[in-house]
Amino acid sequence: MANLSMYGEMIRIRFLMMLAYRTNYYSGILIYSINIGAYYFLWQAIYGSQETLGGLSVMQMTTYVAIAWMARAFYFNNIDREIAQEIQEGKVAIEMIRPYHYLAVKTMQGLGEGLFRLLFFSVPGMFIIWLAFPIDFSNSLNVWALFFISIIFSFIVNTQINLITGILTFFLLYNTGLIRAKRVVIDLFSGLLLPISFYPIWAQDIMMFLPFQAISYIPSMIFTEGFTGAEVYSALGIQLFWALFLIIPIQFLWVIAKKQLIIQGG
Amino acid sequence: MNVIEVNKLRKEFKSYSSRSGLKGAFRDLFTRNYKVLRAVDDISLQIKEGEMVGYIGENGAGKSTTIKMLTGILTPTAGEVRVNGMDPHREREKFVRTIGVVFGQRSQLWWDIAVQESFRLLKKVYKVSDEDYNTHMKEVIETLEIEPLLDKPVRKLSLGQRMRCELAAALIHNPPLLFLDEPTIGLDVLVKMKIRAFLKEINKKYKTTILLTTHDLADIEALCDRVVLLDEGKIIYDGRLDELQKNWVEGKQVHFEFQELVEVSSLEELSKDFDVKWRPGERKNQWVATVEGDDDAVSRLMSQVMLKHAISDVKINQVSTEEIIRNIYEEGIIHG
Ligand SMILES: Nc1ncnc2c1ncn2[C@@H]1O[C@H](COP(=O)(O)OP(=O)(O)O)[C@@H](O)[C@H]1O
Ligand SMILES: [Mg+2]
Repeated sequence: MANLSMYGEMIRIRFLMMLAYRTNYYSGILIYSINIGAYYFLWQAIYGSQETLGGLSVMQMTTYVAIAWMARAFYFNNIDREIAQEIQEGKVAIEMIRPYHYLAVKTMQGLGEGLFRLLFFSVPGMFIIWLAFPIDFSNSLNVWALFFISIIFSFIVNTQINLITGILTFFLLYNTGLIRAKRVVIDLFSGLLLPISFYPIWAQDIMMFLPFQAISYIPSMIFTEGFTGAEVYSALGIQLFWALFLIIPIQFLWVIAKKQLIIQGG
Repeated sequence: MNVIEVNKLRKEFKSYSSRSGLKGAFRDLFTRNYKVLRAVDDISLQIKEGEMVGYIGENGAGKSTTIKMLTGILTPTAGEVRVNGMDPHREREKFVRTIGVVFGQRSQLWWDIAVQESFRLLKKVYKVSDEDYNTHMKEVIETLEIEPLLDKPVRKLSLGQRMRCELAAALIHNPPLLFLDEPTIGLDVLVKMKIRAFLKEINKKYKTTILLTTHDLADIEALCDRVVLLDEGKIIYDGRLDELQKNWVEGKQVHFEFQELVEVSSLEELSKDFDVKWRPGERKNQWVATVEGDDDAVSRLMSQVMLKHAISDVKINQVSTEEIIRNIYEEGIIHG
């Protein structure tokens, strides 16, 4: 219980920090709106007179784009860059004097950031988009509930990948390139820019074996009802699988990193 | 009961060096050259509850490395450590709840948020009850005079203000043992005095054991009965401070080497306006003047002496703190 209140406090502090840097947040809204608008018109043009493409109607596609970007506001965080920086500054070593798990703390900070953006950014953003574009919001409570479960997994999987990228700084002196590459890979392979079903079959086959689709494709498909019935549950199953599976490399890297930390001092 | 119990503690760092040239860089990919640096060299140390111990030594002597081993940040290469009856590594989470740490060179507060938010978070981290927090921290905040700083973000504080907040933050869980690594570095005299008074008070009130490293001997003089001198990773003196002070050498030493024989009476006559002691040097016609006073006094004395007596050599010994310590230490061994 006490641990919960500690992590709650960490989320609260991250909230305060986000508030302290409000300007970033306003510019963020602008960037997201431009992206959603641009993709909306792009897809309008691509669909032209066609009814459906890749199993999605133009309406579903518009909804997909909007929800994918709004979900991104929640799962996206910069903790990989923060971890890298804290490793380079020698702060992680000093964190060993605190009675908590460093990675859990970073995850909570990421969650604080995500919740902040979800409340102050995605919710009002969705409302504006709903006014501006013809978007199909499901009126099934079930779909909304499944979608929320799904974006929690998005957050977990994306954060786990960020943790891995961050910890790798211990072993790679300069990690900025990897962090940037990771960001591009996630935006591309997660289904944010293009639904996975639009990729060529061979590419889809490869992506089936990668964790990235669990980040954006699955929740967006659930929301647009591109997945229905049993498909939804197997998609959630895939997310659960990755959320559990990624614990293994994280633990492995963290044990090695900690060893290096206490032997070499970072 | 010993709060800190250290036996033959050693820490070695591997430092890698790069070979030169392209060929060297290629070879570095496979095997890298490294040197082993022994930062802490088989030290043994016991500290009892309620002691305030000054841990001093030059830059690079191994002070911070020792503190990092005692706090569980670094693991020893060899030797035993028991702090608060625990192995700092094996029982990390439980152990760190019993210590407070301040690193003068690095902040442990959250940079962008108000000081009180950091305190609130640490209160939760250490599971401090509202009751304990209110009674204990209220006092800490009052004594350190940081009440007006609490709603300011850390990045807007001056170094002295920040350091007082760091100290308060390290004490939120009222730990029985406090490690301070250069807590007064870069601070002005007034802040230093405030911090010293505060440390004295918590030591008296809670019997908090304090291990403190510093460059500033005045800190040690004000606080510690016991000093541990470290040199190149080895303990060269461990004992009472007043033992050391008996042999304290103060002021500056000027070594005159005259061209001819000079009587001490003549020198004393010359320098009667100064607070100076003369003693014969080791060499022929050499006299050593120990001068109390500022640089100006020293230079006036020198010109006075040199006007009267031809010299072949003159040397000023700037007696640095470290040198004083070393002198004292060398004599300390002889006497004790
Ligand atoms: N993480 C490290 N890796 C390699 N060498 C280190 C590391 N930390 C300290 N050292 C070296 O160990 C010696 C002792 O350092 P330190 O304990 O910081 O000294 P002090 O605190 O007394 O100034 C120095 O020579 C320093 O360069
Ligand atoms: Mg140091």
